Amino acid sequence: MFGNLSWDAIPLNEPIPLATVLILIIGMLGLLTLVTWKGWWPYLWREWITSTDHKRIGVMYVVLALVMLLRGFADAIMMRTQLALAAGHAAGYLPPDHYNQIFSAHGTIMIFFVAMTFVIGLMNFVLPLQLGVRDVAFPVLNSVSFWLTAAGVLLVNVSLGIGEFARTGWLAYPPLSEIAYSPGVGVDYYLWSLQISGLGTLLSGINLTTTILKLRAPGMGYGRMPVFCWTALASNLLIIAAFPILTATFAMLLLDRYLGFHFFTNDSGGNPMMYVNLIWGWGHPEVYILILPAFGVFSEVIATFSGKPLFGYRSMVMATMAICVLSFLVWLHHFFTMGAGANVNAVFGVATMIIAVPTGVKVFNWLFTMYGGSIRFTTPVYWAIGFMVTFVIGGMTGVLMAIPPADFVLHNSLFLIAHFHNVIIGGVLFGAMAGYTYWFPKAFGFRLHEGLGKAVFWCWFFGFYLAFMPLYALGLMGATRRMQHYADPTWQPFMVAALVGAVVILVGIILTIVQLVVSIRTREQRRDLTGDPWNGRTLEWSISSPPPAWNFAVLPTVSGLDAFWSIKRNAAIPAKQSPLEPLRVPTHSPLGILVSFFAVILGFSLIWHIWWLAFVGLAGAVAVCLRHAWRIDLEDLVSVAEMAAHERKHQTQVSP
Amino acid sequence: MSAAVDVAHAEAPEGAPLSQRGPAPTRVVAAFGFWLFLLSDIILFAALFAAYAVLAGSTNGGPSGAELFNKRHVLYETGCLLASSFTCGMMMIAMDRRSTRLTYLWSLITAGLGALFLSLEFTEFADMIHGGNGPTRSAFLSAFFALVGTHGIHVTVGIGWLAMMVGQVATIGFAPMVVRRLFCFSLFWHALDIVWIGVFTVVYLGAYR
Repeated sequence: MFGNLSWDAIPLNEPIPLATVLILIIGMLGLLTLVTWKGWWPYLWREWITSTDHKRIGVMYVVLALVMLLRGFADAIMMRTQLALAAGHAAGYLPPDHYNQIFSAHGTIMIFFVAMTFVIGLMNFVLPLQLGVRDVAFPVLNSVSFWLTAAGVLLVNVSLGIGEFARTGWLAYPPLSEIAYSPGVGVDYYLWSLQISGLGTLLSGINLTTTILKLRAPGMGYGRMPVFCWTALASNLLIIAAFPILTATFAMLLLDRYLGFHFFTNDSGGNPMMYVNLIWGWGHPEVYILILPAFGVFSEVIATFSGKPLFGYRSMVMATMAICVLSFLVWLHHFFTMGAGANVNAVFGVATMIIAVPTGVKVFNWLFTMYGGSIRFTTPVYWAIGFMVTFVIGGMTGVLMAIPPADFVLHNSLFLIAHFHNVIIGGVLFGAMAGYTYWFPKAFGFRLHEGLGKAVFWCWFFGFYLAFMPLYALGLMGATRRMQHYADPTWQPFMVAALVGAVVILVGIILTIVQLVVSIRTREQRRDLTGDPWNGRTLEWSISSPPPAWNFAVLPTVSGLDAFWSIKRNAAIPAKQSPLEPLRVPTHSPLGILVSFFAVILGFSLIWHIWWLAFVGLAGAVAVCLRHAWRIDLEDLVSVAEMAAHERKHQTQVSP
Repeated sequence: MSAAVDVAHAEAPEGAPLSQRGPAPTRVVAAFGFWLFLLSDIILFAALFAAYAVLAGSTNGGPSGAELFNKRHVLYETGCLLASSFTCGMMMIAMDRRSTRLTYLWSLITAGLGALFLSLEFTEFADMIHGGNGPTRSAFLSAFFALVGTHGIHVTVGIGWLAMMVGQVATIGFAPMVVRRLFCFSLFWHALDIVWIGVFTVVYLGAYR
């Protein structure tokens, strides 16, 4: 009846997960009670949960990413505490079995549910606004994408309380992840949650690519798109090209685990190294999927706050697309130690080093944009400058490891851990935080607290260096990754320093929450009525904050780069033509949440081998899709009067 | 999914390059998005093809493709699929002429040929598994069943989709939404043919090198 599921699945003898789960359940119940008691359900259901508005969906993605950052960081600080303690004869407080789950969950959550989610959220919110259009290409599909991501998040978190998570590391290499060596449900939680959220990501990539290539305001040719749109295009093209590899690879591993296939097993002719090749065929493009939109954010931030057009727009676009292509040609540098031979390793080593060239072009372009500009040192600029310093260091250690002989020494050491945290925190996270601060006033109509924002930056900046510079040293001293205990007591001071760094980052995360609360409570002082709080250059700043559901009453006509800047330069503010006809804007659809509901049932029942329930989940998902296929009218009519009233109000606020 | 951004009224500047003419009409947007989906689907198959190429020789002491495959059988399968592509094209012509009856007829034939293909494939799989040569026998057979089976699942989904489209024509008629979906269906069906050509070449012909 319930497959492999029994009461043993609840970790009653493990106090840490149990307490976490209890706190989570109490928190969730408290939240649900509050929402019910305040009567917020109809509002939440109509305006957020079933919304197909790209702005709302973008905000929900970012909220999900911030919540999952708390979970991923909790894992991180537990690992750092363990390693600060577990030297020599001390065993620390985390048993190896639990520690292995923590580092696997940390990596999985941070990459898939924090970094990916954050970046997709920003792209969702910003792209249609920068392109000067009313929504993404497929608004309902957008909602489905978001809720499938949320379904993956839910399944990963369910593994805390029911069963266990993978102990295999964040990429679940076989043969360790095969059924023979990981007979529990941990790897299944990992695989199914990522299959479900991966489908959401793929659909998102298709949706946003179509949006950029087919929906742009009149006059916005490719050479006039803001750089963020270009980097988002590169990133989404990579999603379309890379995520199917992930899906296929995980499907093969699932066939091995569920039906006794032999793709990656040790026996019967299986080939574990094929998994490693395939997974990095996805995995290396994945890091560029994450970093390219961050590059786009910095390009917007630096141009805006330097008061100058971006230096070398064309070279920036070329560099972005070069990285997009090159990212598929370097996957083997993740396993030089496989033994492919000197020539193969040399080719991939050189290809890896070549990526430093377009990246270097970008860094110089940002520097030259700032040179001679009148720079306003706002919080996003802090993140941008911190990024340039930190990311260059991370890039250099990457080039170092691209040399195969050096990599043989550094492979899977803490040096590698320091390197990729250096680029992912210093690049992706700094970019996400810069974008969050930069576009927050556009989303909500008021700015975040500047002082607290800068404090958050300094905490992350110094916290990062404190936490990860010692890891470079430890790696050179021979410390390996995924180590739960070490014998050499001389490593301990470095480990303690790293813990201190993690605590400083913790302060930064707490301050992020404080900043949000303080900013909301004092929002009337921070209100921005113009819609253009930073003196921006691109079209998203030409409309009110928050933008109306239809974004642009009349699609703007674009005649060059930095479209809004030239509007502001050429005339004061052009009297907008009054909208001529009623608009159709996407209405609300419960399809996303319903599909996701059944996807969770499907995933959960497959993990626990409850076959009848899996059938219910699949049939339910198909049924709601079929029902959706027969709806006729998906769009609400916005009347001319409503739009005209909104435009008039915005006009008076811009120039009273 | 329909493209809900209303774009019909965006004015295009006279004589502007194609990329500057503003948002594309819904028909184009929907078809373009579906093309991208097909590309991603083909990459999924590419990964399975790659796995097959790597594992094709790993027979684990079991039979190889040359010993298992039946050339005549594969010829019939290929014939069914290619003919169904033709009938799918006929269905699209019937749709263009808004002929409900002919659309039903050609979609029935298309689905029938698809079902015949599936039954042939099912027989082949059943025979192999009965002979003790199922996917658990060797890495080669794992890769074979996964690749060819994934194509078969796609054909199954395609037949289900076609049935749904017949239902939509019957209940909604040739509304723009229905026409767009039929167009996407035909793209999907032809793409499956292309994948089959790959399967035919790499798996079946490749076995007799």
